[in-house]
Amino acid sequence: MKTLEELNAVKEQYEGLVNFRRIGHAEDAVIDKKYRLHVLVCAGTGCTSSGSLKIIDKLNEELKANNIENEVKVVKTGCHGLCALGPLMIVYPEGAFYSRLEIEHIPEIVKKHFVEGNVCKEYLYKETVLEDGSVQPMNNTDFYRSQKRVALRNCGVINPEDINEYIGTGGYQAIAKVLQTMKPEDVIQVMLDSGLRGRGGAGFPTGLKWKFAAASVNEQKYVCCNADEGDPGAFMDRSVLEGDPHVVLEAMSIAGYAIGANQGYIYVRAEYPIAVERLNIAIKQARDAGLLGKDILGTGFDFDIDLRLGAGAFVCGEETALMTSIEGNRGEPRPRPPFPAVKGLFAKPTILNNVETYANIPKIIMQGAQWFASMGTEKSKGTKVFALGGKINNTGLVEIPMGTTLRTVIEEIGGGIPNGKKFKAAQTGGPSGGCIPVENMDVEIDYDNLIAIGSMMGSGGLIVMDEDNCMVDIAKFFLEFTVDESCGKCTPCREGTKRMLEILDRITEGKGKMEDIDELQELAAFIKSNALCGLGQTAPNPVLSTLRYFKDEYIAHVKDKKCPAGVCKNLLTFKIDPEKCIGCTKCAKNCPVDAIIGEKKKVHEIDTSKCIKCGTCLDGCKKDAIYKE
Amino acid sequence: MENVTVKINGMDVVVPAGSTVLEAARIAGIDIPTLCYLKEVNEIGACRMCVVEVKGAKTLVTACVYPVNDGMEIFTNTKKVRDSRKRNLQLLLASHDRQCLSCVASARCEFQTLCQEYGVEDAGVYDGARNEYELDTSAAHMVRDNNKCILCRRCVAVCDKVQGIGVIGSNGRGFATSIGQAFEMDLADTSCVSCGQCIAVCPTGALYEKDYTEQVFEAIEDPEKTVLVQAAPAVRAALGEEFGLPIGTDTQGKLAASLRRLGFDKVFDTVFSADLTIMEEATEFLDRVKNGGTLPLITSCSPGWVKYCEHYFPDMTENLSSCKSPQQMFGAVAKTYYAQKMGLDPKNIVMVSVMPCTAKKFEVGREDQCAAGEGIADVDIAITTRELAYMIKRAGIKFNELPDEEFDNPLGVGTGAGVIFGATGGVMEAALRTAYETLTGSEPASLDFVDVRGTDGIKEASYEIAGMNIKVAVASGLANAKKLLKAVKNGEADYQFIEIMGCPGGCVNGGGQPKQPASVRNFVDIQKLRGQVLYGLDKANPMRKSHENPEIKTIYKEFFGEPGSEKAHHILHTSYVKRGVNSNI
Repeated sequence: MKTLEELNAVKEQYEGLVNFRRIGHAEDAVIDKKYRLHVLVCAGTGCTSSGSLKIIDKLNEELKANNIENEVKVVKTGCHGLCALGPLMIVYPEGAFYSRLEIEHIPEIVKKHFVEGNVCKEYLYKETVLEDGSVQPMNNTDFYRSQKRVALRNCGVINPEDINEYIGTGGYQAIAKVLQTMKPEDVIQVMLDSGLRGRGGAGFPTGLKWKFAAASVNEQKYVCCNADEGDPGAFMDRSVLEGDPHVVLEAMSIAGYAIGANQGYIYVRAEYPIAVERLNIAIKQARDAGLLGKDILGTGFDFDIDLRLGAGAFVCGEETALMTSIEGNRGEPRPRPPFPAVKGLFAKPTILNNVETYANIPKIIMQGAQWFASMGTEKSKGTKVFALGGKINNTGLVEIPMGTTLRTVIEEIGGGIPNGKKFKAAQTGGPSGGCIPVENMDVEIDYDNLIAIGSMMGSGGLIVMDEDNCMVDIAKFFLEFTVDESCGKCTPCREGTKRMLEILDRITEGKGKMEDIDELQELAAFIKSNALCGLGQTAPNPVLSTLRYFKDEYIAHVKDKKCPAGVCKNLLTFKIDPEKCIGCTKCAKNCPVDAIIGEKKKVHEIDTSKCIKCGTCLDGCKKDAIYKE
Repeated sequence: MENVTVKINGMDVVVPAGSTVLEAARIAGIDIPTLCYLKEVNEIGACRMCVVEVKGAKTLVTACVYPVNDGMEIFTNTKKVRDSRKRNLQLLLASHDRQCLSCVASARCEFQTLCQEYGVEDAGVYDGARNEYELDTSAAHMVRDNNKCILCRRCVAVCDKVQGIGVIGSNGRGFATSIGQAFEMDLADTSCVSCGQCIAVCPTGALYEKDYTEQVFEAIEDPEKTVLVQAAPAVRAALGEEFGLPIGTDTQGKLAASLRRLGFDKVFDTVFSADLTIMEEATEFLDRVKNGGTLPLITSCSPGWVKYCEHYFPDMTENLSSCKSPQQMFGAVAKTYYAQKMGLDPKNIVMVSVMPCTAKKFEVGREDQCAAGEGIADVDIAITTRELAYMIKRAGIKFNELPDEEFDNPLGVGTGAGVIFGATGGVMEAALRTAYETLTGSEPASLDFVDVRGTDGIKEASYEIAGMNIKVAVASGLANAKKLLKAVKNGEADYQFIEIMGCPGGCVNGGGQPKQPASVRNFVDIQKLRGQVLYGLDKANPMRKSHENPEIKTIYKEFFGEPGSEKAHHILHTSYVKRGVNSNI
């Protein structure tokens, strides 16, 4: 593909194909002339692990058996977001949204739906089936209604292993526009005007970063992509790479043009094998198509991209550690300044943006800075993808405009807390973030608001906790993570977080003193202002934010030696309610350490000196006679 | 250079643009504590001891690597700064083996000093889990005790960047981080060259040479043994530092006096065998030039360099001079010529050497270093300058009050040429003095070959001598040596003679020399000050050419015949091993 005309020819050819899958979502959607039905099966990591690849095999087999393989196109796509209900399959033109598919359902669906034209409502996502039996588009469901998919716009829509489908969505038009009609400084101005801020955690303005790197004079510069997504529970970057890899390649090329670089590196976790595979395919296809490499679209601009695999160290998501790792050294952060825009990878001016940030860029170029800046809040523009997890009905990936309230995310999109439990807090920002308590549920989510309430955006993990979560235990969980992931280079992080964890251990074991709480606070403040990199500087945040909002729980552990949520084992006693116990002996039989004594049909008792607090008795008691306090 | 004005603790200070906060503070007369920082070697901002407040900065910043800019306001002595530094020390202490009283570094430990300065009254405040490490005693020359390591990584940086070796690095991560060899290999199994630069820069007692002082005392007290001692040139340029004398004090006379008072039977000078080395090496050089031998000829005085060559440039061992090092030549002569002359059984001679070097401890155990017969090592015990200082202190000798004394005859006579062996370029200069006269029959206009002097890592020069154009190069520090050898291998350089010293600056800055804390190393050119002592001694010596040494003349006349004779070859020359990387043969 040497010219824009050739690119446009491919676009025209495939436009219809991908637009077909927007029926019900977009007005310009059209019927595909070749295939009667498009069957989109999610092949993201979530659905793949719940068996979607086998579903695809079965589909192909059944299509053949029914002789309709030339009428129905099966498309392996990226993530649709509703991972909790996988494997997912969407069939157009109806937009029928099948969830929790099993292989046994396939012959029936193929026959009834694909051959006879009757959607199998019993296998559809139940929210899409209305009370009157009619089927509504997925975008009308609670989960999707308040979402706005910009970064994820192609995820779940196109085949990520086919560059033509990406081109069909308007892909590579942005780099064409940039190369043919814009000067590098114009591109940077658009980025500045859009207000796009880094989606990897710190929220640094992307345009500013590019401006600094563009201003550094050097023959060799680099564009890097941070795909070392490491926050526990966050997987939006993986989903973009798996579902829409070309968007990242295109955005990096735009960045290269803007700052004057001709080489890019994507640093991606080796634990993301599907993402790595699709990136490799995408890079090869882009090179073959002339959209990466020398003289792109005949403009004289050269840009190429290589992958570098990370071995899973969390700290390698920190920009200087990432670059050190790409250089072939042990991934450890280095002091700033010098900043990467001046002296980054291989000591050359470098920009590093994360996957989600890049995923916004081609769209911003095409639709304009104003379009992007019209979404979001005053200082946080656009949308943000969150990975919803924890005690929430709809776990999965959601993209919302900045400024959406936490309440909307949890109650509407997330479908609330399971089992009628009460919301206690939401954790954002992963191990660098903090907990947001119920009183802040109506705060509009953006970079600055989250920091003001003691948390942070981070890369977008959002973990919901209910009344059964002990906040001291939660703080301990995140601190354990950072202690484990600390690189060991600087003293405050290496030694300080370990000592904080030891204090938390003491508190959760009932050995804490009130002075320990003060010491925690002092150590936390010390680490925040003394650690070398962002990992260390933010490591105390989970402790500080739980201390801020749930100090009473800490005090209960220390003073009363009680865990109010009933989580910390050392502070629990299992007891049998003599009023409820019928002497069925089940608990005594199940107890692994023979700590329960009692004769048949008589009230049983737990020998607390033997009890290991495993909870087997409690889980097994049909009379709810066992409780913990 | 352009200047900028910064405000430090409220005072305006004008400093060169590009200075770090640490350097700017120093100009303002303010000391900022450092642990990990070593100028141009370890600038990693890891220990966080040097934190200061900078107006407008979100966190404290590390003075060692933070550049100043015009108008910057810096505070080095606020409560926040002091508390942070103290807490940092307390956290390090919780992971530190605090058996300070029995630590080799006690009273000279940089960490200990800081704890004292910052009033760390409660060393155990953060005590909890602690990693316990076994000592690595595998190498011939040193011990690693990671229980005392504070993970400053100076050793890692010096090994990698200054010496170009990099056999040590971080293992594990987070709280389990420790410094050691890849795959937890023993140090002895790696291509460590035993230079001891890691010891020299270690701020604590985590790294130290294997201590042989008690063996020396025992030998001295053994009536059956004749205990001879030789002291290397560089020792006299630094020993005084152990006794509070300024860096760059000449202690040649006190060195001889202290050794005599320790009870050695004879107190000799390695400068004698340095002169002997010149006789042999100059002869070897002229022979290679005339007879088409392997060139460039590379010196073999530095055992760290020799081991480096064997590991990393095994195909260039033919370039090494076959001369034993001065230490080994001395022992070889002592146990043959001197034993014969004095009627001593070489088996009853204990040859002790005092060296600025830890690699000498490895060298004494090398193959093909037994001139007096199988099983009779040329040198029995090599101790460092530091160990000699321990002995002097332990023996109750008031070093600074000692009179200046001479070395014993006959092996205590040396020339100015021999004494400058201790500084980079010295061997080359000594060789040139003798070669010039050998080739031309007359003395050069000046005996000072200044082009090969100074502490630059790589120096080169060319000389017209008797119609021959002789190109020479000098390198010190093994990263420099690597650069030079690569140029030679790639045909980018055509030297005929190269001097290489393992340690930067030569032996005066050897791994066995008195340790100076980073607060000194970062601001004082130790190599230069110590080197000047040796050039001063050279200048003051009426004999400045090795071949003028009367005892050298005597030994050839009475014993060896000619330089390069068969007997000389048998006693004064050796062979090398092609080792390869991380394979210890």
